Amino acid sequence: MSDMITIALTKGRILEETLPLLAAAEILPEEDINKSRKLVFATNQADVQLLVLRGADVPTYVQFGAADMGISGKDTLMENGAEGLYEPLDLRIARCQLMTAAIKGAATKPGRIRVATKYVNIAKQYYAAQGRQSDIIKLYGGMELAPIMGLADEIVDIVDTGNTLKANGLEAREFIADISSRLIVNKASMKMKHVRIQAIIDGIAQAVNAGND
Amino acid sequence: MTYADRWLLPDGVEEILPAEARPIELLRRRLLELYRTWGYDMVIPPLLEYTDSLLIGLGRDVDLLTFKVTDQLSGRTLGIRADITPQIARMDAHSYKRKGANRLCYAGHVVHTKPKNPLATRTPIQAGVEFYGEPGLPADAEVVSLLAESLRTAGLPRLHVDMGHVGIYRALMAKVDVEPAQKEAFFAMLQRKAVAEIEQWVADNIKTPAIAKVLLALPGLAGGREILAEARALFAAVASDAVTAVDQLAGIADVIEQRYPEIELYFDLGELRGYHYLTGLVFAAFAPGYGNPIASGGRYDHIGEVFGRRRPATGFAVDITALSKLGLLSAEKGTLIGVVNDGSSDQWAAIGALRAQGERVVSAESKAELAGLGCDRELVKKDEQYQVVAL
Repeated sequence: MSDMITIALTKGRILEETLPLLAAAEILPEEDINKSRKLVFATNQADVQLLVLRGADVPTYVQFGAADMGISGKDTLMENGAEGLYEPLDLRIARCQLMTAAIKGAATKPGRIRVATKYVNIAKQYYAAQGRQSDIIKLYGGMELAPIMGLADEIVDIVDTGNTLKANGLEAREFIADISSRLIVNKASMKMKHVRIQAIIDGIAQAVNAGND
Repeated sequence: MTYADRWLLPDGVEEILPAEARPIELLRRRLLELYRTWGYDMVIPPLLEYTDSLLIGLGRDVDLLTFKVTDQLSGRTLGIRADITPQIARMDAHSYKRKGANRLCYAGHVVHTKPKNPLATRTPIQAGVEFYGEPGLPADAEVVSLLAESLRTAGLPRLHVDMGHVGIYRALMAKVDVEPAQKEAFFAMLQRKAVAEIEQWVADNIKTPAIAKVLLALPGLAGGREILAEARALFAAVASDAVTAVDQLAGIADVIEQRYPEIELYFDLGELRGYHYLTGLVFAAFAPGYGNPIASGGRYDHIGEVFGRRRPATGFAVDITALSKLGLLSAEKGTLIGVVNDGSSDQWAAIGALRAQGERVVSAESKAELAGLGCDRELVKKDEQYQVVAL
């Protein structure tokens, strides 16, 4: 950890919503991130650099202190635990909901239930909190297929418009949590580079609040 | 079992090889020597003892961190220490009971069932001090000063010390009338400074505007000295105990600033590390290049209660293993004198004389071996005299 501030960003769709927020904190990448295959980007501020990572890797980089700050989905933070991190700001981008879903009209299965999800920890906790014993099947994508093929009784997944569920004959059942992207900060970085990091947080917070008024 | 399986160490379990072992050992000695000069008596607690004495109200975290085995002699459960503080508390309350202040220090391994943070070793070496019997600011200032001296000894160039006071959270929560489960939820959010969740929680649970205002401000009450004044003004209307805690913090900070102007002090009034057993000041030291505290401590006045002796207590532990990873520790120049064994008693005497001066001398059967041993000098016979010459 040097005097450099390293910010880990999630690549893909979220990045497009993230860059204007960084711009509000006067952090502008030196080149077009979308047109480059690089993973590390310098910015107009000599002591700030950006990393572009897969979403699930962002908290890991920040937890280990390889990045000082990051932008990560609340779903990833809930699933992986957020030890060693602060999450001082809700960026209110990439908003969706974490829900359970099952085949439309199917009766809720009594007793032990099979659940397919990529959110293994969240699902286990959620069903336990409901007083239900669950067997969790970890899948990496296409959750909707699991109930259709009889692999699982229910799925736990993020739901945006609900169109994918509908197209596959599923329906959203219970609400687990609201999801949006969060600004996360390594605890040690926050303590050692407080002035610099707080200025960035304030800059982004202003843009977030302006966007909602 | 394959060949690879035989030599692999368990995850997070470390062996320390010569390049690191020597500097680590030197640091351990220097720290213990430093504590001795400050009047702290060294103790060597056992590696394991009954969980009944080891797991004394340090909270569930330490319980989970402790390896447990059944004692074949008594049938009771033994724990391998995950923290040395309870052992010192037992000594102060029972086996090394003193009327007045009791200053003790230690250094040794602790063992954790799981790494405390990503990439941390499960077998760290810690050195620390415990100061019993003094409730006031001078004792807190003494241990924080000793922490600063410890890290100076280790050669840390820039030191960040983070200070908080658990009395603040305690005083504020005493004013909040909600279910324990709700308080726990707030505790978890505050630890993460999850502002969005805190806003929601306060809106749902807190009806008194003055308290709501303070709780909303709490995660942001972190930074330089200026936040103490801000906090004092905020807390004044709500909880006088919280104001007292801020004043204590300011008092300690005054002393430290005066003694160690080079230290960068950072205050975090929402810091809850060790909340379940700490009663006052909580502090930690951070170093650039390491994403976790390098040393941490605080005040824990109730710790001896389970042993029948409730006494003021304050102290800290330094993570020597973490310090060694910062690359600050350097071994002395690796000087080594080689000698080809000629079997004479004169040579034996000459070797003995060099070793008595603190030189490292190894003997080999042939000159060819000497270079392989890493020798930089050689003991040779010249003009009927044994002399050290460059190799």
